[in-house]
Amino acid sequence: MNIDTTLGQRIGGDLGVELSLSHGMPVAKVEPVQVLVAATALRDRHGFDMLLDVTAVDWLGHASAAERFEVIWHFFCTARQQRLRLKTRVPEADPAVASLVGLYGSAAFMERECHDMFGIRFVGNADLRPILLYEGFSGHPLRKDYAKQHEQPLVPYREGACRA
Amino acid sequence: MTTARPTIPIRAEGAKVPTFDYFTTKKDELVGWARKFSIFPYPFVTACCGMEFMSVSSTIYDTDRFGAALPRFTPRQSDLLMVVGTVSHKQAPVLKRIYEQMCEPKWVMAFGVCATSGGFYDNYAVLQGIDKIIPVDIYVPGCPPRPEMVIDAIMKLQERIGRDHHVIVKGDF
Repeated sequence: MNIDTTLGQRIGGDLGVELSLSHGMPVAKVEPVQVLVAATALRDRHGFDMLLDVTAVDWLGHASAAERFEVIWHFFCTARQQRLRLKTRVPEADPAVASLVGLYGSAAFMERECHDMFGIRFVGNADLRPILLYEGFSGHPLRKDYAKQHEQPLVPYREGACRA
Repeated sequence: MTTARPTIPIRAEGAKVPTFDYFTTKKDELVGWARKFSIFPYPFVTACCGMEFMSVSSTIYDTDRFGAALPRFTPRQSDLLMVVGTVSHKQAPVLKRIYEQMCEPKWVMAFGVCATSGGFYDNYAVLQGIDKIIPVDIYVPGCPPRPEMVIDAIMKLQERIGRDHHVIVKGDF
């Protein structure tokens, strides 16, 4: 499933970025403001008709605060059976990026999950209520600075039950 | 040719007192004996231990032999709450409400290591053992527990129910 060079050049040229290969998968790194334009181009001009995944990586301690979170999208072209990864870096102070709900319906729930876990704000997604977590949960558990065993129980513990 | 079939005399000939109309026992023993062989379980199945629950309750291991095979799918009709699998903090209010809906007398079994202690899910999402929110009568560790362990747990629980003090009529009744 290696990307063919001319296709890689065509997509890269269209997005205005250099595509790299990671384990056989083409990767495009863009600026946060370019995400919506790039995704529109991928869907409309390059046949990536399916959004597989929206996730993020917390680079706490490995990147500056201005580039702490890396938001990642995986696209799939059903005609060519080809995948493509889109990445961007957002700052710790305001981790916001454009929502792809207008392009892919499947983005809605995946962005909600990503908002739950990393606190990335998807501008344009009207419903960012918790989907895996519950109302009242404070913090974002997949951030590296969230204490691993910090529990937020909904039911008060019984008398004598240890470890809050 | 007619042969009179032998019959078991219920009443002794001419006796005023029936011979087999009553017997004596202790109330607790009688009620305990009745209760321990009619445990209706409510399976609160949340995770992979459910497969083991199916295996232990069906043919080969067959918890019906212990009178504990008729799962009630409403907690209001059940005696034994079997918490089978991982319980997350998000599910904890549901488990608590299910427990509160059960009528007395009621018992709780923590089935598998996740229900017992949270298991290897030592993180923000999982309740570290259901005994943090509801009282547990018997713990069955294992990931998942062997059917023999579950049967052993049921037998130990039966033993306990048999020895228990059973209040039938309370003072304010």
